Amino acid sequence: MASIWQYANPKKFIDTTDRFLPWLSALALICLVVGLVWGFFFTPEDYRQGSTVKIIYLHVPSALMAINAWLMMLVASLIWIVRRHHVSALAARAAAPIGAMMTVIALVTGAIWGQPMWGTWWAWDPRLTSFLILFLFYLGYMALWAAIENDDTAADLTSVLCLVGSVFALLSRYAVNFWNQGLHQGASLSLDKEENVADVFYHPLLVSIAGFVLLFIALVFLRTQTEIRARRMRALLARERLQ
Amino acid sequence: MIALLIRDMKLGTRAGGGFGLGLAFFLIVVVLVPFGVGPETGRLSLIAPGILWLGALLACLLSLDRIFALDWEDGSLDLLATSPLPMEAAVSVKALAHWLTTGLPLVLAAPVLGVLLSLPAAGYAPLVLSLLLGTPALSVIGTFGAALTVGLKRGGLLLSLLVLPLYVPTLIFGAEVARRGAEGMDNTTPMLMLAGITCGTIALLPFASAAVLRVNLR
Repeated sequence: MASIWQYANPKKFIDTTDRFLPWLSALALICLVVGLVWGFFFTPEDYRQGSTVKIIYLHVPSALMAINAWLMMLVASLIWIVRRHHVSALAARAAAPIGAMMTVIALVTGAIWGQPMWGTWWAWDPRLTSFLILFLFYLGYMALWAAIENDDTAADLTSVLCLVGSVFALLSRYAVNFWNQGLHQGASLSLDKEENVADVFYHPLLVSIAGFVLLFIALVFLRTQTEIRARRMRALLARERLQ
Repeated sequence: MIALLIRDMKLGTRAGGGFGLGLAFFLIVVVLVPFGVGPETGRLSLIAPGILWLGALLACLLSLDRIFALDWEDGSLDLLATSPLPMEAAVSVKALAHWLTTGLPLVLAAPVLGVLLSLPAAGYAPLVLSLLLGTPALSVIGTFGAALTVGLKRGGLLLSLLVLPLYVPTLIFGAEVARRGAEGMDNTTPMLMLAGITCGTIALLPFASAAVLRVNLR
């Protein structure tokens, strides 16, 4: 009986992801190249923002993935707590640096865009602030993983931190809204078409978002494989030392 | 439970228990701020609520690792874990003891230090009220952080890194209550939010703290 839980077997996970990984990576690369080249060179300049508008093709996808990576870690942590599959805990661990990197990309591209547009690199705007807080959460999460030697203990503690952190991250998101009025524009994308960016910008943006999603999945697969192999290696070494 | 509370209070207030540490730190922060930003009354009274809240928060942060560290070292934490008292209750008592020895003195000291920062007269009641409402949340959240890092040799830096983002909502609403109060504006909304955060953390976080403590004692 095929079920998703069969991939909790590390061997099965590595075999399956090995089969998908080249395709995923190639697809991610194609999407990124097409989306970014299309976005950078074949879209008109915005009549108010000039060419700076094109940073949207990096900024929006990375911001999106920064949040989605945390959500993925939350789901993986829950699976670890409930069903105690090691692959799940390792996947959460593997996703954290990627998510942190996405947060950094979003913050940096935002600052680069904000300098000519808002006249400042940084403003204590709610969205910017909540992203900074999210970055702190990523840092704390990774530091806790790194600090604890016992793997199972580390997995348990970081899972609980991820759960509690999610609640507080959400709370902070609304608290900063209350605390300061925003400079940041509203959502660039939404399911009802009304508030979307214009179609010329929209299509390449979708392609580069797809590229970022695929890139994230490929990286998580790759890093999880690495974590599994590193752990197996440590176990083998330990066994050898015993003999 | 009461015996545990009394024991922790005794240990906390004894010399070397960190009772004076938080207060002294709070005092130092408040005394040093005017040297840093200049002695103009107008400017000081503008930032006074924020500085007082920040000082209280940092003073609280300073004493967090003492919640479990000593009990962990001498093994009394293992005894607590095997006692009939549920871990959740033990954790809550620990947080309460931390609040009584650290949070409450800070709340009581805040109005005195407010004079030094020329806090407007209208600001005293909201400041004390907001600290009274907010510092229990700081203690409970801090207990969670301390429980996470209890097994680590030098967990101090990690503890601050973990707890800092968790403190953000409490700080925002707490400082907002005090600021609006000092400026004579209506502060019901942030007050209710602050009370909500405190009640929520007191109700829910001990379960998380107890869970991670059990993991750490495994």
